[in-house]
Amino acid sequence: METLLDLRDAFFNLDIILRASPILISGFWMTLKLILTVVPLGLLGGLIVALLYTVPSRAVRWPLIVYVDLFRAFPPLVLLVFIYAGLPFAGYEISAFAAVSLGFFLNTSSYYGEILRAGIESIPRGQVEAARSTGLSKWQAMTWVVLPQAVRNVLPDLISNTLEVAKLTSLASVVALPELLFQARQAQSLTFNATPIMAAAIVYFVLLWPLVRLLSRLEHRMIASH
Amino acid sequence: MTQGPVLLSVRGLRKSFGATEVLRGIDLDVHERELVFIIGPSGSGKSTLLRCCNRLEEPSSGSIIVDGTDLMARGTDINLLRRRIGMVFQNFNLYPHMTALGNVMLALRRVLKKPRAEAEEIARAALARVGLADKAANYPTELSGGQQQRVAIARAVALDPKIMLFDEPTSALDPELVGSVLATMRELRESGMTMMVVSHEMGFARAAADRVLFMDQGEIIEQGPPTQIFEDPREARTRAFVQQINRH
Ligand SMILES: Nc1ncnc2c1ncn2[C@@H]1O[C@H](COP(=O)(O)OP(=O)(O)O)[C@@H](O)[C@H]1O
Ligand SMILES: [Mg+2]
Repeated sequence: METLLDLRDAFFNLDIILRASPILISGFWMTLKLILTVVPLGLLGGLIVALLYTVPSRAVRWPLIVYVDLFRAFPPLVLLVFIYAGLPFAGYEISAFAAVSLGFFLNTSSYYGEILRAGIESIPRGQVEAARSTGLSKWQAMTWVVLPQAVRNVLPDLISNTLEVAKLTSLASVVALPELLFQARQAQSLTFNATPIMAAAIVYFVLLWPLVRLLSRLEHRMIASH
Repeated sequence: MTQGPVLLSVRGLRKSFGATEVLRGIDLDVHERELVFIIGPSGSGKSTLLRCCNRLEEPSSGSIIVDGTDLMARGTDINLLRRRIGMVFQNFNLYPHMTALGNVMLALRRVLKKPRAEAEEIARAALARVGLADKAANYPTELSGGQQQRVAIARAVALDPKIMLFDEPTSALDPELVGSVLATMRELRESGMTMMVVSHEMGFARAAADRVLFMDQGEIIEQGPPTQIFEDPREARTRAFVQQINRH
């Protein structure tokens, strides 16, 4: 009984929650802002990467392969630290938020790019030829025929990657961006109590669980329809 | 039959894929309202010839003139010209994420820039023309192969093409579904459509073709009315091919 109460005081301390809530809430907003910046940017960058892959030119393809391979191979944490701590040595002062956004853009656009490329390549060429034979331009065929199907085909992978990215935003705490994990750790060290970390964990879960559910349902539907 | 003006004129058409020459100098005139039927062994270049006629394949040399417009000229807007040249493929190539109506409407909306209501009206009329008015709301997977191919025909017809190219339109169909597609093609022909048809349906050729071309190894070996090509071919290669087909 004694230990249970101790546990409660250490992890679910209501008094501490109340005291830490302003800083935790600000951390939550920062995490949300980060996700809402990094995911759309990454998707856009990924779409550009995937579209560039359809250009039949070596001069386009080689730099693309280098870009994608490089930023997929680079551990995202190393990338973040490199940009945040390294760029100032090259004379570029960059805010923590900008550094994190740039690092994530390089990383996620490569992943999203590969996923969307696989989606585009899954659409039979004949459909594009049919579209072109009726006068649609290359881009119109891409927009109206290929992309809607391509996105649908790789939707589980897109969501799965988005989940991954959302989780990885906690890496930003390393470069002192005051997002949820960073703020929780601040609160923890100020209060000498693990409750803020627990609260942050619960917030992450509540934030991401709907995506996990959606993904699970989509995967079941994909399996059922095959 | 009195011949109308030349609608499609092909001169000295050559096409190579890498080192292999697939078309070795094709000369061909197709007249308005004419149905030209093309036969020949697999790999003889029939599909490539059709695909050059709307530049899905880029010719290596030669000229192609459609309805007075040079297909190869720099100033030619190929997308504008393509809607004048309908094409029907062996595998239908419908867009599976759109209904039959959506398939027919796409180019009306995006190429001809018709307002939605007008595009829909034209598309419904085209579907009615191929006997599928009641399938407008169905997705391709909900249709039989024959119905899918008729939707593909409607998709081309809706753009009011000057000429239609058919590349083995019934080869992917179960035998019992071939008839409905051929009947649709007959109707098109009777309405005056100019057509180039690659197919093995000799019965259709006898009944509907004005002229039959026999191709082999990238060349037109022989051409003439169906009776000549099927019953009294002049070239040994034609005779061998026709005999082989008749045995099936
Ligand atoms: N995209 C291509 N790349 C390389 N070779 C091709 C391509 N398309 C067709 N060919 C070759 O060209 C020849 C003629 O093909 P095709 O026109 O499809 O013949 P057909 O329709 O009479 O069967 C074949 O040998 C085929 O392998
Ligand atoms: Mg062929």
